[in-house]
Amino acid sequence: MNKILQKERFSDKVYRFVVEAPMIAKSRKPGHFIILRVDEKGERIPLTIAAADEKAGTITLVVQNVGVTSAKLCNMEAGETLTDLVGPLGKATHISKVGTVLACGGGVGIAPLLPIVEGFKKAGNKVISVLAARNKDLIILEKEIRQWSDEVIVMTDDGSYGNKGLVTQGAEEVINREKVDECIAIGPAVMMKFTSLLTKKYNIPTQASLNSIMVDGTGMCGACRVTVGGRTYFTCVDGPEFNAHEIDFDEMIKRLGGYVEEEKAAYERFVASDKI
Amino acid sequence: MAFSKEYLTEQRNAEWRVELRQQIKNKERTEIERVKMPELDPVKRAKEQRIEVNIGLSKEQAVLEARRCMDCVNPTCIDGCPVSINIPKFIKNIERGDFPEAAKALKETNTLPAVCGRVCPQEKQCEASCFYTQKLKKPPVAIGYLERFAADYERESGQMSLPEVAEPNGIKVAAIGSGPASLAFAGDMVKAGYDVTVFEALHEIGGVLKYGIPEFRLPNNTVDAELDILTKMGVNFKKNFIVGKTASFDDLKEMGFKAFFVASGAGLPNFMNIPGENFNGILSSNEYLTRVNLMNASDENFDTPVLYGKNVAVIGGGNTAMDSVRTAKRLGADRSMIIYRRSRQEMPARIEEVKHAEEEGIEFMNLHNPVEYFSDEQGRVNRMRLLKMELGEPDASGRRRPVPIEGSEFDIPVDLVIVAIGVSPNPLIPAALPELKVSRWGTIEVDMETMQSSIPELFAGGDIVRGGATVILAMGDGRRAAAGMDDYLKSSKY
Ligand SMILES: Cc1cc2nc3c(=O)[nH]c(=O)nc-3n(C[C@H](O)[C@H](O)[C@H](O)COP(=O)(O)OP(=O)(O)OC[C@H]3O[C@@H](n4cnc5c(N)ncnc54)[C@H](O)[C@@H]3O)c2cc1C
Ligand code: FES
Repeated sequence: MNKILQKERFSDKVYRFVVEAPMIAKSRKPGHFIILRVDEKGERIPLTIAAADEKAGTITLVVQNVGVTSAKLCNMEAGETLTDLVGPLGKATHISKVGTVLACGGGVGIAPLLPIVEGFKKAGNKVISVLAARNKDLIILEKEIRQWSDEVIVMTDDGSYGNKGLVTQGAEEVINREKVDECIAIGPAVMMKFTSLLTKKYNIPTQASLNSIMVDGTGMCGACRVTVGGRTYFTCVDGPEFNAHEIDFDEMIKRLGGYVEEEKAAYERFVASDKI
Repeated sequence: MAFSKEYLTEQRNAEWRVELRQQIKNKERTEIERVKMPELDPVKRAKEQRIEVNIGLSKEQAVLEARRCMDCVNPTCIDGCPVSINIPKFIKNIERGDFPEAAKALKETNTLPAVCGRVCPQEKQCEASCFYTQKLKKPPVAIGYLERFAADYERESGQMSLPEVAEPNGIKVAAIGSGPASLAFAGDMVKAGYDVTVFEALHEIGGVLKYGIPEFRLPNNTVDAELDILTKMGVNFKKNFIVGKTASFDDLKEMGFKAFFVASGAGLPNFMNIPGENFNGILSSNEYLTRVNLMNASDENFDTPVLYGKNVAVIGGGNTAMDSVRTAKRLGADRSMIIYRRSRQEMPARIEEVKHAEEEGIEFMNLHNPVEYFSDEQGRVNRMRLLKMELGEPDASGRRRPVPIEGSEFDIPVDLVIVAIGVSPNPLIPAALPELKVSRWGTIEVDMETMQSSIPELFAGGDIVRGGATVILAMGDGRRAAAGMDDYLKSSKY
């Protein structure tokens, strides 16, 4: 049982939660995620740890309302408790001093990007962040990212904030302008795919953090399979970050749709049950 | 842990047992037919995921079956049992109608008799070495059914006895994982006075007993009753806690833990690495069974989804394959098929499970092996290519090696494929402890007498040491580790 201590609304569909989890707050590193269940009937969903406060014994999660579980979670308030929460899971991001790091975040992917940006900055790198989303409302954590970046470029699809255009346009501008030693991309699968194609063209080592479907998160089931460099890996234990240039994104995108029909039906039942 | 010959003889010479033996002639005993386990009707049960297939023996049936046992001078059955249960003693107690005493005899060596009575491969163990099998060439005494009977009787009578617990000694020890190995370990250690905490990564205690084996074979309440006893004896259970991740071994030492028993299981599912295996609709038996058993995915009131198939193929011939294929049938598949590369004779599954599967209308495509999968545009599997096999020379396991028949490929339509070809050791703990000695296969290396690993305060057992094995072997390991750790803690200053 983990208590929600704070809830903040980022947009209609995106919320930030600060949750009590003292052990995890202490042991987590950038790149790690947790798995939680909101209630006894809930499913296990993975969420990346966006920040942690070891002293307060809390972790921060950013949640986008996309299905039954995230909807239930977004309906919860400070003071309520999550039935289960386990972590930290996955491998931590490999952070070292490489020179200039280009950090690309799309939508809620900006949340998991935050601790990584912080890590690279603290390791002495020059960090340039490109934040992208459909519109102004969906650009989250800009202030926090700015705190750990030498420069922040904002891109929106509709031009309602920052520059109009896709994440790749912002990224390519930087690449054309100066030498980039490493790139990290987190966001929707399609966004990561195209960012990866771009950096491949320029031969820039790139890590992408995958949001595969998961069940246990401990390597026990293989729901999170992904092909990297022609080999199958389990995202939850071998990842979530992989060499983006070797990820089979097309397969990954298809696998993300593995339960769409079932999820749609469940969502409809949930909405009909009036719990929203 | 095995009883000495002298002890067994002494017990056998107890007055009541001598009397029982004299009551009925051996010839008469051997003329009694082996009991048939009452079962649910196959058509009805093939719709019920959570109702047990085997109903259990009645008192009369149990007593009659117990009479078949001749209380041999040399009880070879005991040698067939990995934890050396005093089999004649518990069976003779059933014969004389003292069922609680029978349960007690079981618990002298077996922590989870209600579980083992249901899931042990008796036909390869005790029942294989029964005098009836060995010498009379008759069906063996139904030791497994009787074990289950005695354990169930005790539980259902509400007279489950709490084993005696020694004065607490204040020494903290940790068990990692909550499967049968850990539960057996925890039971013995708490009895010896230790302060035991069991850490489990998942949100439920029980390991494979909960997330893997379906309720139509092992009802959850059977496991819960055992967990309840352990809790009452003072074992602490900590769910949602991954040792090596949530906290390191050093953190645990700082928290006061003096020694560790690692029983983290063989959780990592194997795949065949054939083309198309990552299409949607192809999943490991662990994923499938976890969704259905642990997450209740087939119940609309629960949020976790599961895929339903019309034509379901399950790859493999073990217990996991049988559990998966029968689950698929229960969830409404039209065709539920086993694809196995050897013949029925080589199947590692319990004989009873294969029989139950056949009765429930499972199709067996033995001597077939998948070579490739195909999908529709969305990436969902819709067809698989099979290759026919024949049996060649025996291989290292002593079973005849399956050899492909050149040019025999053909395709069948499938919309759900469950891969149940075995598991590898869970790598979490070895990854957290680089100095721990592991084998080429990733299993933890231990001294099989004491279960001590290359790190003195770390013991291990169950599937993480043996690769995929059995509940009873895991339990036996847990008990030996408890004895080994007790010795270690008493003799070292830690
Ligand atoms: C579907 C299926 C059917 C089976 N049927 C039979 C049968 O009929 N008869 C039989 O004898 N055997 C059967 N088996 C095999 C049997 O279940 C196993 O051999 C036995 O459960 C092994 O016990 P264990 O205690 O070693 O580990 P497990 O039962 O595997 O338990 C290990 C537990 O450790 C947890 N864990 C792992 N790492 C950590 C960590 N770092 N921190 C905390 N927790 C951790 C895991 O989540 C898991 O719950 C079956 C197995 C399966 C999968
Ligand atoms: S989520 Fe089950 S193995 Fe990764």
